Order: sequence, then structure tokens, then C-alpha cells
Amino acid sequence: MNPALPVTAARAALARCHACHLLSRMKPLAPGSHAHCPRCGAALHLRKPDSLARAWALTLAAYILYIPANTLPIMTVVSMGHGEPDTILSGVRVLIAGGLWPLALLVFFASVVVPVLKLLALTCLLISVQRKSRWRPRDRTVLYRITEVVGRWSMIDVFMISILVALVKLGAIATIEPGAGALAFAAVVVVTMFAAMSFDPRLIWDALENPDER
Amino acid sequence: MMSDPHSPTFPPPVTDALVACHDCDLLYRKRPLREGEKARCVRCGALLYTRKPNSIERSLTLALAALILFVLANVYPLLDFQFQGRAQQSSVLSGVRELYAQGMWALAVVVFVASILAPLLKILALLYVLLPLHFGRRPWWMAQVFRWIETLHPWAMTEVYLLGVLVAFVKLSDIATIVPGVALYSFAALIVAMAATDAALEPEAIWERLETRR
Ligand SMILES: [Zn+2]
Ligand SMILES: [Zn+2]
Ligand SMILES: [Zn+2]
Repeated sequence: MNPALPVTAARAALARCHACHLLSRMKPLAPGSHAHCPRCGAALHLRKPDSLARAWALTLAAYILYIPANTLPIMTVVSMGHGEPDTILSGVRVLIAGGLWPLALLVFFASVVVPVLKLLALTCLLISVQRKSRWRPRDRTVLYRITEVVGRWSMIDVFMISILVALVKLGAIATIEPGAGALAFAAVVVVTMFAAMSFDPRLIWDALENPDER
Repeated sequence: MMSDPHSPTFPPPVTDALVACHDCDLLYRKRPLREGEKARCVRCGALLYTRKPNSIERSLTLALAALILFVLANVYPLLDFQFQGRAQQSSVLSGVRELYAQGMWALAVVVFVASILAPLLKILALLYVLLPLHFGRRPWWMAQVFRWIETLHPWAMTEVYLLGVLVAFVKLSDIATIVPGVALYSFAALIVAMAATDAALEPEAIWERLETRR
């Protein structure tokens, strides 16, 4: 077991450097000025700055982008002169129709289930932190870690399109054109990654700090 | 030393002896670990610090291997596509180029950053830090470059990209003949090499060696 001191770093006025993890004493600063890590020069904060506001803004933006990502075509397969637009879901349906079950499941999971669950998880975390909830902090921390790791896998379809577009250029026989849905979808993934990065999991535990305050 | 009566008495200032949990901010007194041991947070389960054998030399070797594999993965074709006497090859870069040619420049940027730029910069930044350290020198701008490595990490989506290529491969394989290229195997090996580099890396060891070089 580790010898845990019964205090958090923030209560001891120690800031953990984001980059090199060194602990530094935070002295009172003039407004607008910044403390910097003496070892690596990164800006020091007790908590990520404006964590909740930034994470909320990015999460809401991702919810909005999620609509065009699923309704606009992600690509159009043009064969023999006529084209069929594919959305994320119709792409999954085509895979099922072709008997490619494992692949259909993979794409469905990565492109539909993961982004939705990730957005819902972020929303839960944000609401619980805002309400200073003291409910199962350890489980919520694990939820945050999963949210952070799993988001990038949603890019599978975007990368698949980039390969299809390059491969299928068969003159009059067939071409594949990328659609605006693919762009919206990539934006959902990137924006949600930024949202998860701006959330500070230590806020979950801060609610346990002052039991008499609430 | 004279003490200022107006300032509170500070416990040890900037310190290496203490460590704060990344996820819940609980403070710990550091204790020496044996090689291969890990210290975890008792409250939230996060990894606090580890001690890895020969961290700098091993991660340096693996990063060099990753660089070679990265070059192979980008020089050779990923997939060969043959359909009714027509043939087409795709590489990582040709996918990006085709997206750009079809007017989806933002999508081209996302694919380029995730599959080429971020992984390459990450490998180069690691080599930039590890090579001089291995020869007992302090690299210029070491702290800044080291900070980039952590920033770049989530954006290097090599393994997700490979999965996207495999989905495209299976999708096309019943309408055309698809032959995997050298780059596909190099890409798979690159993922292993990058994961092994991350596993061998121990930031504390790097900062420690740096401190002794000052
Ligand atoms: Zn630092
Ligand atoms: Zn700041
Ligand atoms: Zn912890």
C-alpha cells in the first residue's frame, strides 16, 4: 500500500504540472498573471482552467453536430452513371445485407453506439459535478477514463472512406465520392475528444472535500 | 536562513518527494519502487508512478524501430485493387490526396493529422529527447518537446486507421480482387512498436536523468 497523506494536493496548495507531473507550491498571484512549472515551464493550475464551461460548450456542440453526421450521406457510390448516397446507418445495413455481420457490428459500435454513449457519459459527469454529487466517485472516475480512451475508435468509418475514395476510381464503371456527413462525423469525434480533455476528473473528488459546506 | 514573519511557514517547497494522483488529487509520499513495480492510488485506482528497467535505452531502440516502420508504411502501397482488368493502388497519402482533390479539404486534414502527422511528430519528438539523453546531453527545448509528446498522443490514431483500412478491404473483397501491400504489414508492426515504446517509457526516469545532467 502507498502511504497516502490525508489531504489533496490542492488543499496543500500544491499544483501538479500537466506536462512533467512535478508538484509546485502555488503562491497568490496578481490577477491575469500565470504561475509556471520551474522544471518544464508549463503553465500551472490547481485545476484545469474553466473546465466545466469548456466541457459543456464542446459537448453541446458535439450533440448538434451529431444530427448532420447521421442524416447527411457520408459517401456516394456512383456506379454506371447513377449514384446511391450512404449514411452511417445505411452503410451498416448494406454490410448486413451482404452477410458481413462481424463488420456490420464493428462499424455500428464504433460509429453509432460509442459516440452516443460518450456524449451521454460526459453529460452525466458534467451534471453530477455541477450538483456537487458525492455519489460513487470512484465509478465516475472509471467512467471518465473509459470516455477518454474509447472516443478515437469512432474514426474507423472516416478512415475507411479515405481508402475507398482512393481505391475505387474506375473511370466509367464506379467512383466513390465523400459526403458532407463524413465531415460532420469527423467533427463530432474531434469535438468530443476536446470535451473529454477539458473535463477535470479531480472535480469529481472535490465535492468530498468540504462535507459541511453542503 | 532568515524567515519573513509575515509569510506563512511553507512545508518543503517544490518537491520530488511528494506525488499527487492524476485523477483524484490525493497526495502521496513517494517511496522507492523495485523494477517493474507500480504504485497505484488507493482512493481511485489511478497509476501514480512506475519503475521500468532500462527505460530510456529500451524506449529509444523501440522508437527507432517505429521510425523505420513508419517510413515503410508510407512509401509502399497499402492495398492493390484489381477489377475487370483495371488496377489501382492506395497508400496512406493517396487517400488524403484524393479527399483533397474532391474538395473535402477539412476531412483530408483530419485524416492526414491522425494517420501521418501526429504519429510521425510523436516518434520524432521522442527521438529528439531520448537520443541526446542516451549520450548524456541535455536536448535543447527538451521540456517543450516533451510536453508536445503528451499533447500529440491522443491524436495519433494509427491503430484506428488500420482497422478502417481492414473494413475497406473486406467491403471491397467480394466485388474485386484486393491484395494487401507491404505497407499494410508495416503498419501493423508500427502499431506494435509504438505501443511498446509507450510501455517502455517512464517520464520520471527522463526527468531524473535530466536533473543529474544540469
Ligand atoms: Zn512541469
Ligand atoms: Zn492559465
Ligand atoms: Zn486517485
